[in-house]
Amino acid sequence: MRHALSIEPTPTSLPRAADPAAPYLEITDLWKAYGDFVALRDISLSIARGEFICFLGPSGCGKTTLLRAVAGLDLQSQGTILQGGRNISTLPASSRDYGIVFQSYALFPNLTIEQNIAFGLENTGRSKAAVASRVSELLETVGLSAHGKKYPAQLSGGQQQRIALARAIAISPGLLLLDEPLSALDAKVRVHLRHEIKALQRKLGVTTIMVTHDQEEALAMADRIVVMNHGIIEQVGSPTEIYRYPETLFVADFIGETNQFPARVVRGGEVEIGHSAFCCATDGFAAGQAATAVVRPVDIIPHGAHAHAVNAIDRPATPQNLIDAEVREMEFLGMFWRTRLTAPRLGERTLVADFSVNAVRRLSIETGGVIQVEIPRERLLLYPRSA
Amino acid sequence: MNRRMLFMLAGAVSAVLPTIAFAETQLTVYTAVEAVDLDRYKATFEKAHPDIKINWVRDSTGVMTAKLLAEKDNPQADVVWGLAATSLLLLKTEGMLESYAPKGVEALDKKFVDKDNPPSWVGMDAYVAALCYNTVEGEKLGLTAPASWEDLTKPEYKGHIVMPNPASSGTGFLDVSGWMQMWGEEKAWDFMDKLHENISAYTHSGSKPCKMAGAGEAVIGVSFEFPGAKAKSAGAPIDIIFPSEGSGWEAEATAIIAGTANLEAAKTLVDWSITKEANEMYNVGYAVVAYPGVAKEVEHLPSDIASRMIDNDFEWAANNRTTILKEWQKRYDAKSEPKS
Amino acid sequence: MAIALETAHPPLAGKHLRQQTSRDDRIKLGFMAVIGLYLVIALGAPLFVMLSKSLSTYRFDLTAYEFQVSDGTGANWGPVVTADALNRQAGAVAEADLSTNSDGRLAATKFFPEFSFRSPVNYRIRGVDEDAAFLVGSTLEKGTAWREYDSGTFRRVVLRPARTIGLENFSNYFSTPALAQSIYNSVLMAAISTVVTVSIAFALAYGLTRSCMPLKGLFRGILTIPILVPSLLPGIALVYLFGNQGVFKDWLLGYSIYGPIGIVIGSVFFTLPHAFLIILTALSVADARHYEAAASLKASKWRTFRTVTVPGARYGIVSAAFVVFTLVITDFGLPKVIGGQYGMLAVDIYKQVIGQQNFEMGAVVSVILLVPAVLAFAVDRRMQKRQVALLSARAVPYAPKPNVRVDAPCFAFACLVSLFILGMIAMCQVAAVVKFWPYDLTLTTKNFAFDLMDGGGWAAYGNSIRLALLTALFGSLVVFAGAYMVEKADGFRFGRGLFHFLAMMPMAVPGMVLGLAYIFFFNNPANPLNPIYGTMTILVVCTVTHFYTVAHLTALTALKQMDPEFESVAASLKQPFHRLFFRVTVPVCLPAILNIAIYLFVNAMTTVSAVVFLYATDTKLASVAVLNMDDAGDIAPAAAMGMMIFYTNVAAKLIHALIARGLLARTQAWR
Repeated sequence: MRHALSIEPTPTSLPRAADPAAPYLEITDLWKAYGDFVALRDISLSIARGEFICFLGPSGCGKTTLLRAVAGLDLQSQGTILQGGRNISTLPASSRDYGIVFQSYALFPNLTIEQNIAFGLENTGRSKAAVASRVSELLETVGLSAHGKKYPAQLSGGQQQRIALARAIAISPGLLLLDEPLSALDAKVRVHLRHEIKALQRKLGVTTIMVTHDQEEALAMADRIVVMNHGIIEQVGSPTEIYRYPETLFVADFIGETNQFPARVVRGGEVEIGHSAFCCATDGFAAGQAATAVVRPVDIIPHGAHAHAVNAIDRPATPQNLIDAEVREMEFLGMFWRTRLTAPRLGERTLVADFSVNAVRRLSIETGGVIQVEIPRERLLLYPRSA
Repeated sequence: MNRRMLFMLAGAVSAVLPTIAFAETQLTVYTAVEAVDLDRYKATFEKAHPDIKINWVRDSTGVMTAKLLAEKDNPQADVVWGLAATSLLLLKTEGMLESYAPKGVEALDKKFVDKDNPPSWVGMDAYVAALCYNTVEGEKLGLTAPASWEDLTKPEYKGHIVMPNPASSGTGFLDVSGWMQMWGEEKAWDFMDKLHENISAYTHSGSKPCKMAGAGEAVIGVSFEFPGAKAKSAGAPIDIIFPSEGSGWEAEATAIIAGTANLEAAKTLVDWSITKEANEMYNVGYAVVAYPGVAKEVEHLPSDIASRMIDNDFEWAANNRTTILKEWQKRYDAKSEPKS
Repeated sequence: MAIALETAHPPLAGKHLRQQTSRDDRIKLGFMAVIGLYLVIALGAPLFVMLSKSLSTYRFDLTAYEFQVSDGTGANWGPVVTADALNRQAGAVAEADLSTNSDGRLAATKFFPEFSFRSPVNYRIRGVDEDAAFLVGSTLEKGTAWREYDSGTFRRVVLRPARTIGLENFSNYFSTPALAQSIYNSVLMAAISTVVTVSIAFALAYGLTRSCMPLKGLFRGILTIPILVPSLLPGIALVYLFGNQGVFKDWLLGYSIYGPIGIVIGSVFFTLPHAFLIILTALSVADARHYEAAASLKASKWRTFRTVTVPGARYGIVSAAFVVFTLVITDFGLPKVIGGQYGMLAVDIYKQVIGQQNFEMGAVVSVILLVPAVLAFAVDRRMQKRQVALLSARAVPYAPKPNVRVDAPCFAFACLVSLFILGMIAMCQVAAVVKFWPYDLTLTTKNFAFDLMDGGGWAAYGNSIRLALLTALFGSLVVFAGAYMVEKADGFRFGRGLFHFLAMMPMAVPGMVLGLAYIFFFNNPANPLNPIYGTMTILVVCTVTHFYTVAHLTALTALKQMDPEFESVAASLKQPFHRLFFRVTVPVCLPAILNIAIYLFVNAMTTVSAVVFLYATDTKLASVAVLNMDDAGDIAPAAAMGMMIFYTNVAAKLIHALIARGLLARTQAWR
């Protein structure tokens, strides 16, 4: 690409903290209440410059409220927000420094694509020629140079989405806010645009916050994910951290899929599920304490029809976590098989396991058969059980 | 001061002077006289007094009176020229009129001048209660024309008479107050009780009954002479009947609104309004005018109307208006849903 | 959210943060304050003044007068006594009779039973304070100085009442049977007209949406015609059609058109378009899937109609009923022309104010007239709140299939109603060009020589056009800006709620009441806005206010369809709101703004009730001229002027259509 997209320094983004390692956006003790209903509860969060952050959670969890507080569209009840070292807590939206893309795109229907993108550039002391060249530069960036004279209604959803993005970054904001930008699109366009947005963000280096309820989207795009529920932050971490080491049962349940079993800690490193003991990390749990044990379907390792550890296809098994299970149902989902197993050792509870197509073929797993599966001890996670 | 400067000053003064000399006074004049007559009245007056310009504000008697009363605390008018004397009396009791005896007021018929001295209002002309009788419809129904008020109570006229509602029309009230002054209250109420049985509608306007009779919507319209003559000229098949007992009447009159900024011009207008010339001007439409000996016969109207007018006591009428209307409404409005 | 509520949240106990206001916010707040102030001045304050007027009563205060009577020589004076003491002695005037109206008079001689006309006794009278007023003959006297009269003059002394605050006006009103009867009459007429109009409108709207009858577009056009004429015009047409000389007089089987029959027919005529358009809209949004479901359940036509069609349009029907009821109960022109002796509230106000100059009683009737209108309004609002769910459903448009058994009756009915409407208009047209109905039917243009009649002549017609244009321009501006503030401003929740309430109020305020309230409020020298009294400005303000609600709702609907995030986007792009407003909001809402403008124009041309008290000599209006000419019995010229209004409105509609098409082609290319 010949036109390198430059971030023009804007006056509002100038007062920066001397320490380059200092967070770009810092939210401290933020609360938001609507009457008696508390929408955000004591939120504190630091975001580094250039980071791509996703606010992820079910609807009503407060993620959009938090985004709108950052944007100054819905003022928080209490708490401070620092952006680039500047306290923006109570600034009106127009005095903050961000670009925003809404789920609806909010493109001005009576203005052409060019006029839409130019909207934020006009009236700012730029010459007409400067505005025009910046608009064409942005159009090229989002790959829609041919459509400048069209009206939004003449474009597809994905194209409209890119125009909204171009309009938001036209003013070179210090912060880019994306409010469910992809949820109105069909699956294929969505996957494609994920990559485009992520690439653009990388190139511009603009600190970005995206709100989404789609975990796949968050996992694919974010540098760090902020998982929210009921107005609090459940966990902040990289996609792999969130996925592999969910800190709460909610996160475990919300990201990916889980099998959950009531369990009781027998002693250090050992829990009882159903009638059997299993090995797993029990840090922070006392002996005899009730807990919920969680294992993801994809983490379950099939060992074939014979009760021999040697048949394991992946790696040596932990003897204690090997169980015999009967295959009740098999569902072909394209990339893998989803199976429903029952095991006497689990007290006849259903265990959902995802097996690769390869494994199913090589181990001849079929409905009605009995196989041995392993629940790897480091993938068996324990969470306190609420009474 | 050098000569040149003096010269310039003189020039400036002479440039200003003519406009001062010919500065006209604008008079806001409220009136209820017929729309057709307005331009004629204005032109005739302004010919006599080119330095005064009349700005008419015209409306029906009721609206004009309401407007004047509503503006009591902040009058907009300088002069009222051509409003019912009863209305002017109402304004007088509110202290809204400037009393003034115009030049030559002694020449007018006393009936047409306010009793106080100096008078608060002076009359122009009179409108006299009369009946409009549609001869075509009367013949169709086999009726005979009424000759007196008393005739109107005959059962044959049931449903064929319209009269103005005294509560909303000055003409209606002059009828009622006329009957009361002629016959005394008791007999008048008796008469109205019987008349009410024959009435098909009470209208809100005094001239409408005559026009309804003219259009055949009613056979007999209790109204006054002016719209009757007008309708007849327009081709309505009506006779104008002056009842034998005599007729109530109302004076159209002129008065100055107290506190006017243009008092001198207002006085000039009122002075002129009672001249012989002005009265001749009124006589074009009105058969009875305030200046004795001026009136000539008006088309479709008899020449002896003046003699049919009763001795109207405006003050009595004004003082008893509230009581009479209250009683009237109690008697007739309550049961005034149409009889089926 | 049980978790959120379980724990206390001490950090929130303190005070909440407040956002710093941006320049935009301050401008918006200022704007809203200005338009809010406009509504307060144009609506709230006048109504308040009127309410207080209805409570101002008049009463003879006997303690305020003192008398002295001389002996037979006329020179020696007796003791000073108050009128009150004299009255108690003589028992002349009962307590109840002391209450009166502003025009009340009480003869002083009543307190002196031995009074004799032409006796040599002299009388003195004075007030105990400066306000005590009495008349000698018709001369007003006031004050505490003694005034002396001989018996001949004293006979002419009458006391004048003093103003107090109280509910006597209301008790007087209800004890006057004719006036109280008007309440019953008005409600009855409004109720009957509502039932008839809504039924006809429903049948028509059903035909247009659920049948395949031909000429739908034509019928739609014809059915909106009555909106284009003043409400008096059907009255005039009815007189010519069914009056004593009427063409179809016999159809009434001897009943008179003057009265309830005329009021109902005329009301149905002028309210039909309103009800028709509302119900048409309600039926248009109906969901085809419901009909498919009904068909698959083999429900009969009648059952489908009862269980699907009617409930679907329920809210439309209620709305239409509300609108019709309010229009009929507050209309003044029609009952005045055709009502005969049938007392109606709106006409009572006119009688009280114009006929008797009794402003207090006019205010009382106004307040009473507000009650049913406000009630109907409140009921409608409650019903409307429940409507949201129905509208948000995703409906599939219903496409009727040809069915002669349905189409033929629908077509016949639409023809019948159209014939009625066109017949009324045609009758007016005939009335306008005939020399002397019914005796001389030669054609003439003399009925258009308005300058020779009451009412204001051609100047009035010019004024009406000026008023209509100004109202359309100024009104669309104010209304749209106001609706924008209500819909798009964030924050100021209380202010916006109040504003919205004020904007909804004019719907429930009859035009006459508004006009009367304007006199009380603006015609007061203490009011700094007094100079606009009697000018075109007050007519424009009054007309805009009178028709504010519908225009406001139209603007609101258009604005609600805009993406709510436009303002946020503009703020994030650091663009002032007015740039967004003029570049995006206004162009996108242009069709709605044009509709508001034409709505205001047409109504300003036809309105009578609100402006009948407010016009001045140089601001007479065509619609009022129709009233005044009819009032004076000049029915043919009245019809002619009514037709002029009709032609003008038709022309305005055509121009509106052309402009709309031209402008839309330019600004709405995106659609």
